[in-house]
Amino acid sequence: MPRASTILLVVCILGFVFLYAPILSLIIFSFNESKLVTVWGGFSTKWYRALLEDPQILGSAWISLKVAVVTATLSVVLGTLAAYVLTRFGRFRGRALLTGMSTAPLVMPDVITGLSLLLLFVSMEQLIGWPAGRGMTTIIIAHVTFCMAYVAVVVQSRLADMDESLEEAAMDLGARPVRVFFDVTVPVIAPALVAGWLLAFTLSLDDLVVASFVTGPGASTLPMVIFSKVRLGVSPDINALATIIIAIVALGVFIASWQMRRAARHG
Amino acid sequence: MSGLIERLPPLRWTAALLRRLGLRGRSVVIAVPFLWLLVFFLVPFLVVAKISLSEAAIARPPFTPLLEWDGLRAIVTLNFGNFAFLFDDPLYLNAYVSSLRIAFVSAVITLFVGYPIAYYIARSPEGRRSILLTLVILPFWTSFLLRVYAWQGFLRSNGVINNFLLWAGIIDQPLVMLQTNFAVYLGIVYTYLPFMILPLYANLVKLDESLLEASADLGGRPAATFFHVTLPLSMPGVIAGFMLVFVPAIGEFVIPELLGGPNTLMIGRVLWNEFFSNRDWPVASAVAIAMLVILVVPIMILRNAQAKTEES
Repeated sequence: MPRASTILLVVCILGFVFLYAPILSLIIFSFNESKLVTVWGGFSTKWYRALLEDPQILGSAWISLKVAVVTATLSVVLGTLAAYVLTRFGRFRGRALLTGMSTAPLVMPDVITGLSLLLLFVSMEQLIGWPAGRGMTTIIIAHVTFCMAYVAVVVQSRLADMDESLEEAAMDLGARPVRVFFDVTVPVIAPALVAGWLLAFTLSLDDLVVASFVTGPGASTLPMVIFSKVRLGVSPDINALATIIIAIVALGVFIASWQMRRAARHG
Repeated sequence: MSGLIERLPPLRWTAALLRRLGLRGRSVVIAVPFLWLLVFFLVPFLVVAKISLSEAAIARPPFTPLLEWDGLRAIVTLNFGNFAFLFDDPLYLNAYVSSLRIAFVSAVITLFVGYPIAYYIARSPEGRRSILLTLVILPFWTSFLLRVYAWQGFLRSNGVINNFLLWAGIIDQPLVMLQTNFAVYLGIVYTYLPFMILPLYANLVKLDESLLEASADLGGRPAATFFHVTLPLSMPGVIAGFMLVFVPAIGEFVIPELLGGPNTLMIGRVLWNEFFSNRDWPVASAVAIAMLVILVVPIMILRNAQAKTEES
């Protein structure tokens, strides 16, 4: 009988094959000459050229990037505030409600978040005339609402691990709380802020369902365009797009882990 | 060293303004995230509840108002017809049951796939651990939609898997895999696997090895040690990982839409179609409220598991 550790290793390798095989096949077939996504017809970069000449994809990618940058930045501000309040302020009225509201978005199904925010925007427009119509602004508000919950989780664990005596020392030396926060707390939790920003950026860039509900005419995000193409059937240019995204992500993760390792050596 | 406040004048001005207004910093700091979540997370559910009690109408927005003035008094018309409709039409009940079943089975499979991987990573030497963890998380950073799309290419009748099996002579007819419930299970396990591995890993890496050694010293065989020591101690991680897969999978839309067939009934898909195809906002709202009611129990279980993890 093989040893338990051998079985464990085999399961683990199979698990990683399972995770990466579909992604590898996307990359390989993005260089396929044939329009049939699954039959190899020779090496070609024509789908990349087709992608760069597609104004619909480029336009929606630009919209998605703008939405994601604004969303990530706002989410870091709001999520950090929520995390700071929950870890440092002790008891206050509404604490239980804030805890619930900042964790529930993590598991809330997209269809519910999307529908409920759309109905809110429609009702607000009827009542107070804002937001007038829907588009990028409403997508950003919706994305911030669920992304800040993710940022709050990341920052909260960092704040909980941080040595509070640093903040207390600054306070004892007469620094105002705001100053302590920006000069002592922020530098210590900076890695969590960066991680939170990247997480919110990715989640926003990735979202199809919520954006589909709360968007308006003229504001189609990249996932919405991809989805409508994929739904109609095979489109090799989507493989090319996927490969570009995977390359950017892999590069980003590589740089981040290299930076972290360097920081760990010097720290 | 000059601090951030000196370097960023807007921060200094905002701080000064708030002081001038007599607002205590503490309440402002609490109020900002609190109000945002109140207005954009909690209040929307009340709006959904309200609209689920109205009737669909050809208007903009497409439903009847609940509250009307006839000049003298307000008339409130509550319509519970949408909820009665959910119970009358077996489509909705079947969709709920089928969503719960698909989400549950997928979460169980994800647990069986994820546990050995998490265990292996937690027991690896420290240098290899971070590399393996990065490899688990890496797919999560690439587009979810594109990963589901990748499976379409894998599973279709002229796809990678069928081509390989035909070439190897294992089958002589392509297997039908795309547009089946099997593809939906596969898609959920695939996309949610990191959400299972991470909480399990976080739990298993903290496991006190001396307990395992004690069990072995007392003559416990590896299997006995696992079932009597490791597994019970990792239960908070198991519950957290299970719920992080189970709860969002109930409302999943993209996976059943792209990988499932016309017979794959899931409630997220039903809600989407009520809203986008039938344009029946009140029924879509009623579906959402009914879904929320089902989600309350698993969300409470998840919160308890997380609270336990924080205590330990």
